[in-house]
Amino acid sequence: MLWNEIVTTVLLGLGCVVSLTGALGLLRMPDFYTRLHTAGKTDSLGQFLILLGLVFVTPDLLTQIKLVGVAMILMIAAPTATHAITKAAHLNDLRPWTKRDPGGEP
Amino acid sequence: MSWVYLATAIALLIGLFIILIRAIIGPTVYDRILATNALGTKTILFVTLLDYISGRTEFIDMAIVYALISFITTIAILKFAEKGRLD
Repeated sequence: MLWNEIVTTVLLGLGCVVSLTGALGLLRMPDFYTRLHTAGKTDSLGQFLILLGLVFVTPDLLTQIKLVGVAMILMIAAPTATHAITKAAHLNDLRPWTKRDPGGEP
Repeated sequence: MSWVYLATAIALLIGLFIILIRAIIGPTVYDRILATNALGTKTILFVTLLDYISGRTEFIDMAIVYALISFITTIAILKFAEKGRLD
C-alpha cells in the first residue's frame, strides 16, 4: 500500500469507530439530553474524519474541493441543528434525568 | 483498497439501523428529530462512499444537495413541532 492509502485506512477506521459509538450511545443513553450529547458530538467528528480520509485517495482537485465543501457544510449545519433541537426541547419544559429523580421524562 | 470502502459502508449501515431503532421507539418527538438528523449525516457519508465503491464521481454532488436539504428538513420539522405551522 502507498502512504496515502494507509492514511485513508486509518482515518476511515477511526471514523467508523466514532460513528458506531455515537449510534450505540443514541440507543442506550437514559434520557434525551444525554442522547443529544453523544449524537451531536460524534456526528461532527465522524463525518469530518471520514471525509478527510477520502480526500487523500482522490486524484482530482475538483473532487477534493467538493469533499472539503461537504465537510465544511456539515461542520456548520450539524451543530446548528443540534443547538436548535436542544433549545426547542428546553423551551418545551423537557426535564433532564438526574440520579435523585430517575423518571426525568415527562 | 476497495475492501476499506466496503467495510466503512457496512459499519455505517449498522449505525443507520441502530439509529433507526431509536427513531422508531423514541419516547418524545425531539428524540425522533435528533435520530433523523443523525441519520441524515450518516446517509451523506454513505452516498459519498458509494462514489468510491462504484467509481462514478457524480455522487458527491448528490451528497452536497443532501447535506443542504437535511439541514433545512431538521429546522422545518422543529418549527412545525414548536408552533404547529410553517408560515
